[in-house]
Amino acid sequence: MDHASTDEIKSQAPARPGRLSEFWYYFRENRGAVIGLWIFAAFVIVAAGANLLAPYDPTEQFREFTLVPPFWADGGNFAFPLGTDPLGRDMLSRLLHGARYSFFVGIVVVSVAAFGGILIGLLAGFAPKWVDTIIMRIMDIILAFPSLLLALVLVAILGPSLTNAMIAIAIVLQPHYVRLTRASVMSERGKDYVTSARVVGAGLPRLMFITVLPNCLAPIIVQAALSFSTAILDAAALGFLGMGAQPPTPEWGTMLADAREFILRAWWVVTFPGLAILVTVLAINLMGDGLRDALDPKLKRS
Amino acid sequence: MPLLEIRNLTVEFATASGPFRAVDGADIVVESGDILAIVGESGSGKSVMMMAMMGLLPWTATVTSDVMRFDGQDLADLSTRERRRLMGKDIAMIFQEPMSSLNPCFNVGYQIKEALRQHLGLDRKERHNRAIELLEQVGIPSPEKRLNVFPHQLSGGMNQRVMIAMAIACSPRLLIADEPTTALDVTIQAQVLDLLTGLQRDTGMAMILITHDMGVVAETAERVSVQYAGQKVEEQPVTDLFATPHHPYTFALLAALPERATEKHLPTIKGVVPGQFDRPSGCLFSPRCTFADETCKSTPPAVQPASLGYARCHYPISAKTEETA
Amino acid sequence: MLKYFLARLLTFLPTFVGVTLISFSFIRLLPGDPIIVMAGERGMSEERYNALMQEFGFDQPILVQYWDYLLGVVQGDLGQSFVTKRPVWDEFFALFPATLELSICAMIFAVMLGLPAGVIAAVNRGKLPDRLFMSIALVGYSMPIFWWALLLIIVFSGNLGMTPVSGRIDLLYYFDSTTGFMLIDSLLSGQEGAFRSAVRHLILPVIVLGTIPLAVIARQTRSAMLEVLSEDYIRTARAKGLTPARVNGIHALRNALIPVITVIGLMVGTLLAGAILTETIFSWPGIGKWMVDSIFRRDYPVVQGGLMLIAVMVMIVNLTVDVLYGFINPKIRKR
Repeated sequence: MDHASTDEIKSQAPARPGRLSEFWYYFRENRGAVIGLWIFAAFVIVAAGANLLAPYDPTEQFREFTLVPPFWADGGNFAFPLGTDPLGRDMLSRLLHGARYSFFVGIVVVSVAAFGGILIGLLAGFAPKWVDTIIMRIMDIILAFPSLLLALVLVAILGPSLTNAMIAIAIVLQPHYVRLTRASVMSERGKDYVTSARVVGAGLPRLMFITVLPNCLAPIIVQAALSFSTAILDAAALGFLGMGAQPPTPEWGTMLADAREFILRAWWVVTFPGLAILVTVLAINLMGDGLRDALDPKLKRS
Repeated sequence: MPLLEIRNLTVEFATASGPFRAVDGADIVVESGDILAIVGESGSGKSVMMMAMMGLLPWTATVTSDVMRFDGQDLADLSTRERRRLMGKDIAMIFQEPMSSLNPCFNVGYQIKEALRQHLGLDRKERHNRAIELLEQVGIPSPEKRLNVFPHQLSGGMNQRVMIAMAIACSPRLLIADEPTTALDVTIQAQVLDLLTGLQRDTGMAMILITHDMGVVAETAERVSVQYAGQKVEEQPVTDLFATPHHPYTFALLAALPERATEKHLPTIKGVVPGQFDRPSGCLFSPRCTFADETCKSTPPAVQPASLGYARCHYPISAKTEETA
Repeated sequence: MLKYFLARLLTFLPTFVGVTLISFSFIRLLPGDPIIVMAGERGMSEERYNALMQEFGFDQPILVQYWDYLLGVVQGDLGQSFVTKRPVWDEFFALFPATLELSICAMIFAVMLGLPAGVIAAVNRGKLPDRLFMSIALVGYSMPIFWWALLLIIVFSGNLGMTPVSGRIDLLYYFDSTTGFMLIDSLLSGQEGAFRSAVRHLILPVIVLGTIPLAVIARQTRSAMLEVLSEDYIRTARAKGLTPARVNGIHALRNALIPVITVIGLMVGTLLAGAILTETIFSWPGIGKWMVDSIFRRDYPVVQGGLMLIAVMVMIVNLTVDVLYGFINPKIRKR
């Protein structure tokens, strides 16, 4: 029996894939996730190369070409493949540049919210009970406000702009990271490997960041993917309400707000920016689902 | 005509790494009033066999058989609706884990009465009275009160009694008990077995008892079928089987009983039941058999006649155990 | 059970205090002199400034201010709107039924479609209905609902002319509000066509507001059902010869509902956030639109009071969900 098991280990040892390739194996199995990844890659490329890809400057107004429909519709032409908006600006150029803002919002919001949230969550998980209680109560309080409303009010205080919208959304999203990190820390902290690290004499910072944190990362990564899409949606919603990016910024939500009065006359000025938001968010959510399936051993194979 | 007759039953599961044969040409014949025990290690396909008959397997399973007949009705021919009319009424089943086999969201009474409503069409009052009667029958004290109790408020033994009450609610003609005592304390095990055999005696229903415990077999069964890796390897009346096992696997199982141990160390059977990837080409037991030779390793054995307990073996043992052991 | 309830109530209190603290500090966090900021472009005389200073108690020490504010909150005094001069409390409760009606209808819409979709998807796991429903659910989950609203308006109001674009009922009809719920009031009024009109005004906002809850409920129901369907007691139920409808719809769903109801309850915040957008787009006279309008009008007492009332409402709903959770989960109930 002993022999058998050692043999097994021996024969398996070289075959056992690394964590990354194992992850990739599970991720690739989910077709939707792979599609999402491709779309997201395209989104990143567009965001990075908007200057090169866009045919015009996104704010340049062609006064004689206002509300030109897309090329396939009556009256459309190839000079403006997706038509122009009420001020004669090229829709395609604006949409491509819009990707840049959305990507920027996603990255900044997720980084800020995750960084702050993980730090506070780790503190709450390791701190004495009363500190933990205070932190978690504060998070409860923030979560009691509907996220968009709180963001709206925060922007009202800070003044409407894309930067302030990002700050507000980051503040609103951050409690989710705190809760998640704290919950994982709580479940990891009691495990033997942490005790042994403690016995060996690891200091608190080492225990927090090197011993425990890497083992809590899986759900946080999934949360990061999902809040990336939430951030894009919320920023667009704030823009739509006039509390996010300000015109003439070609942010997708702001574009929609500008287009509202033309919805019955020029469908394209409404359809495309929303479609851009939907496709981006959908791609990220598809990816997030794939990430969760591949990273979360509890849901794996279920 | 036997009550239940199954010939050459095969069950295959479609898995990610190809088909897996869990049951391979098994035969079961049960007369009314019979108690048949099916014995085997975990993974020998005994539960799967019964689940296949009940139609409880997931869609990944493919079930084939030459004959699958209950009381003259061909089970394979039945529509799912007709089969449902049989299940829970004429054929009932109890399972290994009493704690998780009852729905935590409904009280005990609801779950018993549900079967009564489904199959017997009793009215509310009659169902209530019958449910109390059933709980009394399975030896649950103050049944009236227990009807409103939820499964998690009862012990494992009590829950298994509820499961039994539920199973016998519609006076089935065949009761399948799938490891009914495995999850219970030893003292409770004996009580539940006594209850089952008592009920069997009183109602005259037939019973199939699935177990891996030879001790349980000796106490309850009349006939024993020994199952190994999806195949029936031997079948005999219980006293004969204990006296003269014909298949080396049965022999080894009996030798592993503590009461029979002659040495200081309890004899064991080395290795495990073959799985999907290490299925031998000859006799399935050959890798673990002390008597196996080259023939055993290369050629699947034929089934021996009834006098040798239908043993699926090239070299059946025919001496009494006491003499060889 | 009582103990469980009291324990939950105990965590409610500090959160409540925190919420009042946040909404209290709101006006005081505004950069610059709060009264000047509040007045905005309107400007004001010296006397008015001093009067306001006193009215808001800005001349008092901060702790006294907070204490007064807290006392006011407990007594239902949240100050007055700058614009309408009516008490914030009264305005809130005059508009709240509109939002409540919209939210309840949206939730009914989401549950009626989401629950069956999730069950059907789980029962047919991996097959066409599962893939179809879950793809739709993911799209719904990713939907920018303000855009979704505009699309629906283009199709149903613009091209088909089937639904109105704004308000709760045609101006043709006028009757006094008795319950505040337009569906009920229009019926009570006895005016012909009033109820129909109210329904037609409600359809698009309900679809828009219900979309994300619908997607969340469908996804959640599916995963809860999948978990439950592999349980032993489902096998028992099937061995009893019960119909698939009974096994899936009663035995499995009853267990799967426990997590789903929790999710539904926790979605109230999402719903109110959605109401802000939906009500703005459809000019629905509810608290979402009221809040947005007040933010734009710099009607800060309203923003402050509304913010607190909404948060308290979310907290009460969450508390109710917790208690309800105890009721639907027998393992907690009988403890």
